[in-house]
Amino acid sequence: MAETLSPLWPWIVCLAAAAATYFWRGLGVALSGRIRPTDPIFEWISCVAYALLSGLVARMIVLPVGPLENADAPVRIGAALFSLVVYFIFKRNLVAGILVGPVALAILVW
Amino acid sequence: MNERALSPYTSSRGALWGGFRDAVGVPALVLFGCYVGFGSIILESGLGLPLGLFSTISAWALPGQVVMIELYSLGASVLLIALAVMMTNARLLPMVMTLIPLVRDGKRPRWQYYAAAHVIAVTSWIAAMKRCPSLPESQRLPYFVGFCLVIWMMSMGGTAVGFFLSGIVPQPVSLALVFLNPIYFMLILASDLKNRGRVTGIVLGALMGPLLHHLSPDWGLLITGVAAGSIGYFVSRREKRRG
Repeated sequence: MAETLSPLWPWIVCLAAAAATYFWRGLGVALSGRIRPTDPIFEWISCVAYALLSGLVARMIVLPVGPLENADAPVRIGAALFSLVVYFIFKRNLVAGILVGPVALAILVW
Repeated sequence: MNERALSPYTSSRGALWGGFRDAVGVPALVLFGCYVGFGSIILESGLGLPLGLFSTISAWALPGQVVMIELYSLGASVLLIALAVMMTNARLLPMVMTLIPLVRDGKRPRWQYYAAAHVIAVTSWIAAMKRCPSLPESQRLPYFVGFCLVIWMMSMGGTAVGFFLSGIVPQPVSLALVFLNPIYFMLILASDLKNRGRVTGIVLGALMGPLLHHLSPDWGLLITGVAAGSIGYFVSRREKRRG
């Protein structure tokens, strides 16, 4: 690709990604003007936020982009479920849950 | 959080420090770890540390950053990369729209909210949604900013450390750190299962996310969020009406 020859190209890509990210942030501030925390729409938007985050997490585990493609899907999904189970077994211990999944993944791909 | 932490601070500056202190610990360490994983991705892509740091400063939202590096390495066009990053980071819109009404204080100029929006992350959003209702309006934005500054700094530090470490540590360790990000988000969701509406949205979102990705890699996530979130919202409305 011709563009990759320019040393500036990765920076342009990075700036485009930054603009694409800030687009949501800026739009969010602009649209939040009249919303109050007690409005029904506030609860609807927070439900959408949780669902979007949940969809993203599932996608990152089941259909990852990047280095995680090197781990098989059963390994990724198994390690994630293991984290979840340990988190609840240890009475919602965040640290225990966070540690076991990635450690299990590392051992399984070693 | 202990009981003392639920009372207001004595000043705005106290709130800033309060946010700072709440972020030091698990949130700071996890963000650091996640960005060590990002640093290793930067090294492997051959893009160099300055670009990695620039990304963490200018587009601080890890899943989008990973997508950007990956698509760049594959030689995708800048428009395609921007669209993929945008769709990956769509959660930021509803997050900002629920955070700003909570931290709003009529006396502040608007630019402060536009600046604060740049540092909204899942971790600080959840922390602020929990803590801010118990604070006077003047202390909410300072608390949030204090929290964000810590984890943002840790993200930059993690990017640099990961860049230098990933040549030394075994590859499965780098992979585990990349895996930390979805696991952390997942457990944050698991720790916030308060009402039936949100639970419905979270469960449906997890099922629909990968499925709709097959139908449309670009729009699948956005549709997932709106559809699963709306169903969750109606479930919570029905629950409230029944009392």
